[in-house]
Amino acid sequence: MALSGIQIYKLLPQTNCKECGFPTCLAFAMKLAAKQVELATCPYVSEASKSQLAESSAPPIRLVALRANGHEVKAGNEVVLFRHEKTFYNRTGLFVRVSDASEPAQIQESAARMSAYAVNYVGMDLSLDGFAVQADSSDPARFEAAVAAVRAASKLPLILVSSSPQVIEAGLAALAGETPLIFAADAGNWEAMAELAKAHKAALAVTGATLDELADLTEKIKGKGVEDLVLHPAASSLSSALALNTQIRRLAIKKNFRALGYPTIAFPHSHEAAVQAIAKYAGFVVLDEFDPASFYPLLVLRQNIYTDPQKPIQVQPGIYEINNPTAESPVLVTTNFSITYFSVANEVEGSGFPAWLLVTDAEGMSVLTAWAAGKFDAERIAKAVKSLNLADKVSRKRIVLPGHVAVLSGELEGELPDWDVRVGPREAVDLPKFMKQAL
Amino acid sequence: MPIEIPVDKWPGSVREVTLGATSAEGGTRTHSLTVGGEKTLPYLQFEAPTPHKPVIAVEIYDIKPTDWSPLLLEAWGAVMNDPGQWAAAAEKAGAEMIVLMLNATGAEGAPLTPNGAVAAVQAVLKSSGLPLAVFGPGQAELDNLLLVAVAEATKGERLLLGICEDKNYRTIIATAMANGHLVSARTAMDVNLAKQLNILISDMGLPLDRIIMDPTTGALGYGIEYGYSVMERLRLAALQGDAMTQLPMLVTPGYETWKTKESKVGEGVPESWGDWKRRAVNWECMTATALIESGADIVVLRHPESIQRVQAVIEGLMAPAAA
Repeated sequence: MALSGIQIYKLLPQTNCKECGFPTCLAFAMKLAAKQVELATCPYVSEASKSQLAESSAPPIRLVALRANGHEVKAGNEVVLFRHEKTFYNRTGLFVRVSDASEPAQIQESAARMSAYAVNYVGMDLSLDGFAVQADSSDPARFEAAVAAVRAASKLPLILVSSSPQVIEAGLAALAGETPLIFAADAGNWEAMAELAKAHKAALAVTGATLDELADLTEKIKGKGVEDLVLHPAASSLSSALALNTQIRRLAIKKNFRALGYPTIAFPHSHEAAVQAIAKYAGFVVLDEFDPASFYPLLVLRQNIYTDPQKPIQVQPGIYEINNPTAESPVLVTTNFSITYFSVANEVEGSGFPAWLLVTDAEGMSVLTAWAAGKFDAERIAKAVKSLNLADKVSRKRIVLPGHVAVLSGELEGELPDWDVRVGPREAVDLPKFMKQAL
Repeated sequence: MPIEIPVDKWPGSVREVTLGATSAEGGTRTHSLTVGGEKTLPYLQFEAPTPHKPVIAVEIYDIKPTDWSPLLLEAWGAVMNDPGQWAAAAEKAGAEMIVLMLNATGAEGAPLTPNGAVAAVQAVLKSSGLPLAVFGPGQAELDNLLLVAVAEATKGERLLLGICEDKNYRTIIATAMANGHLVSARTAMDVNLAKQLNILISDMGLPLDRIIMDPTTGALGYGIEYGYSVMERLRLAALQGDAMTQLPMLVTPGYETWKTKESKVGEGVPESWGDWKRRAVNWECMTATALIESGADIVVLRHPESIQRVQAVIEGLMAPAAA
């Protein structure tokens, strides 16, 4: 049974030494109870307390980090089944599969291209997390050359894919000092794979068709001293993948079932299967191919699913100058929800026309949502116009409302009698056309 | 050591709602469609089989839309000039239901009249035997005018009429009740708003098994996480036994994704966005997939190629639990 924060506190040194990074032992105990820190962070806890706390102190899903050259991809440490219950913490690591059937020069060229890929989404640069090098050749030397070729082109963490310990060992030889993921240990090779993981301080994936088989393997491998494990429930359909991943997450979080308290890895063979893997609990996802036309939406989906629902991403309310506006330039109104702001700002910037972008405080909601919730109305807009002294910034007093809230125009005319109130398009994408024709 | 799989036991379930009526049932549809009836969170086949697969509907207009992406215009071609032909083409492409959107203005720029709306609906009913939804232009007075005429002219067809919103629902409910139709109840991504509208509608006397709710959503990258979580919470509330949330859900990933810049335009966008057409269809299919995973019973799509891809997702999710 999990212990409460107070119960845990009684087992701690109660010296408030702060070395764990928390101001008091009680604060640390609360974090332990919430399974958000490891007990090992406390340097002074007694051995007796340690064994007593061992069961309740570890997070229900172990944090596993793959590392290389200063890059780190973390999975695990999740505490809920649904994002609205709290949040999902460690974004699914997105990897692309590379086969050693290709020539090293070709591998190096494509890995360099994929590794350099970055796409901007609402002000953030999103990119690939790493590569999974797959030993289709079964030849240790060829595999090692393929791993070396990827490493020559990219610094990102790697997953080594082969069921042969000899082949994996050859790949590991090219990755000294890193923490890659070995994929994978099964009922036949687990002892040798565990030895390799231990010797090279690598993480180890465990594959099996049933939960019983997976749990049996993780317990045996843990007995050999390897604890950074990743589960690969082998599924035959979307529904079985959903079932297995849901069962693993439930067992870990609701039952504190240690043998399956590890992040999972998925190898989806369609874009839609990748969507399910990201939404339904995979810690690492290995894609068959790299195509910006599918990789960009997957990166965005991951960002959306892992957004903290308690904290919508907001921008600072205020007046934003786009394309060096003058006293002749129009004032465009929008809300401070980040997606709304970036959609509008990008379009205005792209249009080449100068404008003042008035971002009102709508508590981080989009135009329609904020309007429905009473956080975006004529009174609030007028108040922002006045408090920011916009009348002093422009000579032609033109203010443009989003098309979705055209109903506010009459009221806004009442609030701002000396302004020319216009109604713009509903969607940001139509702003350049509107600015060219109507302003 | 066999592991005991934790299974959720829920007191409630989603209602079954049947769309469309065959001639035996008082309509002219070649078949009807039943959605809902779920007793588990989406597609957890190991707890209980999903009773009805989600439905792929295709959105068409009474007149050719002027602001659609060139990719959609190219994909559908000349059939877009005729709602009957468009519906037939959608059925041929694999649609299981048609959503006919009525434009505020007719082809000559004059406001759409009740007669014009009825003519468009009848053209669709004649050319396709699929269950049909008819949604007004979204202007309260005009919606009421058009939908009453449509409802009366198609009595007994079990059409899905929309949009009922908290600001305008009474007239549409009354005509749906009088003429044997269903309604779509739309609210803005909020569990309590959805619940409240369902209460208002059922207070008027429309049975709950004639209501579909549209909790609305955002496209991938444009707020999908809000719609996704609201749908998960609505399903959880339904399973916990809250009668006013136990309705099947319709969402419109086609409408939402095809207004995003990623789908709509191919020029002047970053190279890192990749091939335009593949990206646009991916955007629609991936948005639809995430919404199906969070509990959608009806997804309304726009691009013909998306239909087959989303169908494959549904087949995968409906696969029975491994023995």
